[in-house]
Amino acid sequence: MKDIAANQPIIEKPAAREAVITVRGLRTQFGPQIVHQDLDLDVWKGEVLGVVGGSGTGKSVLLRTIVGLNRPTAGDIRVLGVDVVNGPEKDRRAVERRWGVAFQDGALFSSLTVLQNVMAPMREHLNLSHGLMKSLGELKISLVGLPPLSCGKFPSELSGGMRKRAALARALALDPEIVFLDEPTAGLDPIGASAYDELIKDLQASLGLTVFMVTHDLDSLYAICDRVAVIAEKRVLVEGPVSEMSSVDHPWIREYFTGPRARAAQDKR
Amino acid sequence: MAQATLITQTSDAGTVLHLQGRLVTAALASVERQFAEFSAASGPVKVDLSDLDALDTGGAWMIATLQARLARDGVAIEIAGCSDARRELIETVTRALPDTEGEEAPPRGFLPWLERLGHSTSRFGKAALSLLNFIGLVLHRLMGTVLRPWRLRATALVSQMQEVGLNAVPIVALMGFLIGVVLAFQGAVQLRQFGAEVFVVDLIAVSVLRELGILLTAIIVAGRSGSAFTASIGSMKVREEIDAMRTLGLDPIEVLVLPRVIALILMLPILGLIANIFALLGGTLMAWIELGISPGMFVTRFVENTDVWHLAVGLIKAPFFAFVISIVGCWQAMQVGGSAESVGQRTTASVVQSIFLVIVVDAGFSVFFPEIGV
Repeated sequence: MKDIAANQPIIEKPAAREAVITVRGLRTQFGPQIVHQDLDLDVWKGEVLGVVGGSGTGKSVLLRTIVGLNRPTAGDIRVLGVDVVNGPEKDRRAVERRWGVAFQDGALFSSLTVLQNVMAPMREHLNLSHGLMKSLGELKISLVGLPPLSCGKFPSELSGGMRKRAALARALALDPEIVFLDEPTAGLDPIGASAYDELIKDLQASLGLTVFMVTHDLDSLYAICDRVAVIAEKRVLVEGPVSEMSSVDHPWIREYFTGPRARAAQDKR
Repeated sequence: MAQATLITQTSDAGTVLHLQGRLVTAALASVERQFAEFSAASGPVKVDLSDLDALDTGGAWMIATLQARLARDGVAIEIAGCSDARRELIETVTRALPDTEGEEAPPRGFLPWLERLGHSTSRFGKAALSLLNFIGLVLHRLMGTVLRPWRLRATALVSQMQEVGLNAVPIVALMGFLIGVVLAFQGAVQLRQFGAEVFVVDLIAVSVLRELGILLTAIIVAGRSGSAFTASIGSMKVREEIDAMRTLGLDPIEVLVLPRVIALILMLPILGLIANIFALLGGTLMAWIELGISPGMFVTRFVENTDVWHLAVGLIKAPFFAFVISIVGCWQAMQVGGSAESVGQRTTASVVQSIFLVIVVDAGFSVFFPEIGV
C-alpha cells in the first residue's frame, strides 16, 4: 500500500516540459518484419499527444509496447522515470497503477456490470470499504458522462460509444497520471466523436492528465491535441503542434494534413 | 505514507477543517469516518487545503460530498487555500456527483419469491416453446433439403462427419472396451456365487447391446460434439457472423445447423456399433481371464442366445439420440447473447440438457420396446 500511495497522482504546479514518457532507440520486430526502428519519442507532462500514421505503421503497436503488452526487440522506454522494459518487476507493477489504458472496443469484462468493471482495479489495488469503492465507481462513471442507470448494465447492453466511455471510466479508476487511448473516436458518429473529444479535453484539464492518444480522426487532432507525432518510415518522423504539420515536406504528411478532410477539420476550428 | 489527516477547530466564528497530507484515493480510508461523522451544528464551515500535499478525484469526492451534505443541512461551506487546478477538480467532481443517494436493496419476502418463481416458470415455458419452434424450423429445412438434395452442403457435411464421427472413434472404442471389462468383472463376482458364470455372456450381450453401448456413446458425444456445436456457432453469433449470413441471403439453419444434425444422425449409430463391438471384446477378454470362459465358448453362446433384436433396439435409438444432441446444441448456440460469458453458459447448458434429454428419450424407449414385444 505504501508504494502506491507514494506514487499517487498529484495535482501540483506544472513543471516546465517534464517528460513523463521517453522512448529512445526503440526497435520492434515481429519475425522478419520490422515495425519500429530507432524510434524516439517524448511525451510531456499534462499534454495531449496525438499519434498518427497510415494503417499498419505500428501506432497501436507503439502504445502496446509502452504499456508493456509487447516486448521491444531493443531500445529504452521510461514511463514516469521507471524503466519499463528492463527495470525491476516491482517498479513496473507500481508504475502500471499510475496509468490507465482504454482499448479500441472497450475490452470491458463481459461478465461484470459497468460499475463492477470500474471497481475491479480498485478492488485489486486499494484497501477501501465496499461502499466507498461503489461511490467512487459511480463518480467515475458520471465523470465520463454516462447516466447513473448504466452502472448496473452489462457491456453487451451498451452502445459502442457508451462502451468507450465505460472503458475510459475504468481507465480512470485508479486516478492515473497518464491515460492511453487507442482510437478513442473510431466508430463513433461525428456528434458522439466530438462529445468524446470534449470529454477528454475536460478531464485532461480538470484531472491534470497526460493523454497519449492513437488516432485517425483529424477532427480530434485539431480539436484537442497539443502535439502530434507522425509515425512513418518506422520511426517518429515529425512531432510538433498540429498547425505546423502542413508545412512539413514529406509526401504522406503533406497529403494527410493538407487533404480535403484536413482542411475541413481545420475550418471547423 | 498513504495518510491524510483532518484537524477540526471550532471557534465562535465557525468551524475550520484543516486537511494535511495526501488526500488521494488510496488514503481515503484514514479519513472516511471523520468525514462521515463530521457535522456542524452552526456554520460557517471553512475547509483549509493549504497544507494538503496531493489531491485526486477520490479526495475531491470526499470534499464534494461533504459540501453537498452540509448544503442540504443549510450550512455554508467555504473552501480556502486551494489552487485553481484543485478548485477546478473539485468543481468537476461536484458536477459529476450522482444525484441518487444509494439504491434500494432487492426486495425479500414471500411475494417477491413468488414473483421470481413465476418469472422463472414463464422463462422455462418460453424456452420450451422456443426449442419446439427450432425443431420445427430444422425439420422444415430438412424436408426442403430432401426435396432438393442439391442444396445440401456436401463439404460441410463430410467435414462434420469426420469431426463428430471419425475423430470420436478412439475415445468411444476405449470407453466401450472398459465398459465390457467392468461388466464382465462385476458380473463374474456375482454369478460365481451360484455357479452361473457362463451367464456373464448374456449379461454383457443384453446390457451392452440394448442400453449401455449406445447410451454411453450418446453421453460422450453430447459432451464432445454437442458442446462444440454450441461453442462454435455461439461464438459466430457473438461476432455477428450469423447476422452477416442472413444479410447475404444464406440461411444459417441450412448452412450451419443441417450439416451438423445430419452428420450426427449418420455417425452416432456407427459410433454406437463400434462401442458395442469393443464392449464385447472387453467382456470376452475379462471373461476369459477372470472366469476361464474361452473366447470360442463366449462367441458360441453369444451367437446362440442373443436375439438380433437386442442389437436393433440399441441402434434404433441412436438416430433419435443424435437428433436430440444436435438440436439442443444448435438451439442453445442460437440463444447466445452478445458476450463471451454467454457462450460459456450456453455451452454448459447445452451439455447438461442434451444428456438429460437423451436419458429421458432412453427411458421412453425402454417402456416402448417391451410394449411392442421386442
